Amino acid sequence: MGDVLLSIKNLSIEYHTDKAVVYAVNNISLDVRHGETIGLVGETGAGKTTIAKSILRVLPTPPAVVKSGEIFFDGDDLLKTSEHGMKKIRGNKIAMIFQDPMTALNPIERVGSQIAEAIKQHNKISRAEAERRACDMLEMVGIPGGRFSEYPHQFSGGMKQRVVIAMALACKPELLLADEPTTALDVTIQAQVLEMMHDLKERLGTSVVMITHDLGVVADLCDSVAVVYAGEIVEQASADDMFESPSHPYTIGLFGSLPQLDSTERRLKPIKGLMPDPTNLPAGCRFCERCPRAAGECAQAAPEMRETAPGHFVKCFYPGGEE
Amino acid sequence: MPVLLEARDLKKYFKTGGGMLHAVDGISFTLERGKTLGVVGESGCGKSTLGRVLLHLLELTSGEIIFDGADATNPDKQELHALRERMQVIFQDPFSSLNPRMSVSEAIMEPFKRRGGMTKADMLSETRILMETVGIAARFENSYPHELDGGRRQRIGIARALALKPDFIVCDEPVSALDVSIQAQIINLMLDLQEERGLTYMFVTHDLSVVKYISDDIMVMYLGQMVEKAPANELFRDPKHPYSKALLSAIPVPNRKNRKKRILLTGEITSPVNPKPGCRFMARCPNASEECNRPQELVECTPEHFVACCKYDTL
Amino acid sequence: MKPKKESQLIEFWLQLRKNKLAVVALVLLVLLVLVAILAPVLAPYPYAEMHPEDSYAPSSSKYLLGSDKLGRDVLSRLLWGARQSLEMGIISVAIAAVVGIFLGALAGYYGGWKDNLIMRFLDVYESMPMMLLCITLAAILGPSLRNAIIAIGVGSVPGYARLTRATILTVREKEYIEAARAINSSDAIIIVKHVIPNCMAPLIVDITMNVGNCILAGAGLSYIGLGVQAPVPEWGAMISEARNILRDHFSLSLYPGICVMISVLACNLLGDGLRDALDPRLKN
Repeated sequence: MGDVLLSIKNLSIEYHTDKAVVYAVNNISLDVRHGETIGLVGETGAGKTTIAKSILRVLPTPPAVVKSGEIFFDGDDLLKTSEHGMKKIRGNKIAMIFQDPMTALNPIERVGSQIAEAIKQHNKISRAEAERRACDMLEMVGIPGGRFSEYPHQFSGGMKQRVVIAMALACKPELLLADEPTTALDVTIQAQVLEMMHDLKERLGTSVVMITHDLGVVADLCDSVAVVYAGEIVEQASADDMFESPSHPYTIGLFGSLPQLDSTERRLKPIKGLMPDPTNLPAGCRFCERCPRAAGECAQAAPEMRETAPGHFVKCFYPGGEE
Repeated sequence: MPVLLEARDLKKYFKTGGGMLHAVDGISFTLERGKTLGVVGESGCGKSTLGRVLLHLLELTSGEIIFDGADATNPDKQELHALRERMQVIFQDPFSSLNPRMSVSEAIMEPFKRRGGMTKADMLSETRILMETVGIAARFENSYPHELDGGRRQRIGIARALALKPDFIVCDEPVSALDVSIQAQIINLMLDLQEERGLTYMFVTHDLSVVKYISDDIMVMYLGQMVEKAPANELFRDPKHPYSKALLSAIPVPNRKNRKKRILLTGEITSPVNPKPGCRFMARCPNASEECNRPQELVECTPEHFVACCKYDTL
Repeated sequence: MKPKKESQLIEFWLQLRKNKLAVVALVLLVLLVLVAILAPVLAPYPYAEMHPEDSYAPSSSKYLLGSDKLGRDVLSRLLWGARQSLEMGIISVAIAAVVGIFLGALAGYYGGWKDNLIMRFLDVYESMPMMLLCITLAAILGPSLRNAIIAIGVGSVPGYARLTRATILTVREKEYIEAARAINSSDAIIIVKHVIPNCMAPLIVDITMNVGNCILAGAGLSYIGLGVQAPVPEWGAMISEARNILRDHFSLSLYPGICVMISVLACNLLGDGLRDALDPRLKN
């Protein structure tokens, strides 16, 4: 694993609506190294997508407001980069793929030319050269180059997602932001796409921020994991550590909620209650109300991020494995 | 346990521009009272259509349905009304399964209104009992669906399905749209309700880990046909059909240690329009050969374990 | 249950309030309706009262906006004219909406041959220009306010039918429709309780905007003599009466023209505002 490529420091983002302020991301810090795949895991509304979009600076402002923080990419603060500078970075050094492959492609343009277009935008090369590279990209994601001039509707869901991935990787980005890239796919197709991503990761050495709610996908693909809850990272560790010894009660709860294939128990252990209203976050620990370990101080003060084992960070007063 | 529902050679074809779409093609099964039948398969395999056909939300092309010992294939209007009070449905998408213009209590009360014969006060008190049963606080009585989260909406859907005290509920991907922690709450609720009320479920889903959890028997569907059916544990322990094997191996397991080798299928699900008579999985099957061009018989390889693959015992 | 319904209304109002133009338009329309209702009280003179001695009087304290050829007070006639114009706009839209929504709902909900029959009929119907249709109808039925309303109403049916059908096609796919069938709801109940309420947003917008169009169409019919008959005042008819003396007494055409313009504009602006206010809630 190489040097730090992306470094987010104390990032806070709010959405200002008519009625209230939504505290979407609260003081998040995160490092992504060269060649590393990091999983951002959390439930709907935890703020995962907001983080990714803020890296690319594609959050709609208003309503979104970046309150504080810095995002260093290759040494430059993206939040201070000019819009012109960002245009050179987006799609070129940092690419993003979205959950729904159906809406990410222009339905009336040929698949190949869409990829070629993406390449041409950032490289001063001829049309023919761009198309040749686009063709290579398609073959790299396992689509025969002969389908270069077909339209998106002629592709199935899984193939469209491959095209989207090919398009994102076309300029050989250093960082790929993948927002639930396999959620809309069937399991057998998801398996194909995951396998392909494994392969690409090794061949291209791209760093990946993998946003997902599926711990199975994380276990499969990620080197390290950050668990996001109510706009905060509550636990961060290498994937092996995280799956071996989850320490934050929320992480433990997430694992408990999953139906285990090898378990014989007839009841799941869900986390009680719901995620707090992001317009009205509790003063103390965000997880306090749902936490089986909550004590007096949890409601009073928010815990700091602590290193409980080398490289294993937890934001909890009472971290540790399940008793 | 007595058999509650029996399906014999159910077929549902849709006419499309390109020919006949075989959505459900010759499905037979029996379901005992109080049990859960899991139906798994990928999108487009006909699993949702199967549920809708059983509920007469879609007209059957051919086949027979026997419900609680009586023929329920072609009910007249009166029989249909009686039948629907005993068979209900819970939908996948808690965002589209509730009328956005109806409040929580209105939505749950609707079944009572349609059946009639209850005073308004009775309906309201029954509604409140139902809300308590499924765990929606009374203060949400007058809320509208868009003000609630997915988990609560799904609870409303469950309450509405329970209102007429059915025996049989088709659950069409009821937890697929929910977050894991909420998903677990809803699954536990459904298990509790089954125990308390002796409900019989048909649980349609693409999520194999969930289906194992809740089902007694699991049916694997591929392109409108049943390719394998077995008790849940048996299917997971020893899948026989190559499609079931691939499907099970494709589940991403939240575990870093004992990761299985995935069986990667090439290609994607083929078209269910005018399928050829042979095995429909053939195009993607790693073991396909000449004999797969014949129609595949469903054989009982071990007691209660059915598989539709001519080569299951040679692999 | 009631307080919650109100809160939905409040939320809707908060959304609408953000669009200043729409609020202005709403105020204008409310004023217009008040004027129409209170015309007998507000108007300084009866609309048909002639003062031959004051033919073409300029605006003065006696006649605020002057008088016409027969010495009738223009202001009074404008105020009374609001009644006919609004009547034409609102009632004809009501006719068109009821018939159009009904036909569109039938076509959209049932589909198949019913859909085909209704929509092909509307295709034929729409191949005639609306104004021509109105003129023909008004000519057959005879010129009068009532017949003009019927003509305009009948002419606007296809638009509603199409819009309703298109909206229903999307609502019909929703699972709550299936859920309703699963609890033995009849088709009538499903259409009335589930389908139509969820199709209302685009229809309300369209209805609001169409009131303006129908006022315009009504003024047009009256202009060519097929609408409101003398001596009852109507804006279109007033413009028509003044057309021969446009050069000498411009104001006689100008004032009713402004009235038509303002009311049509108000309807359109309000419609726009409603679209914005109704849409975001349906999205989430």
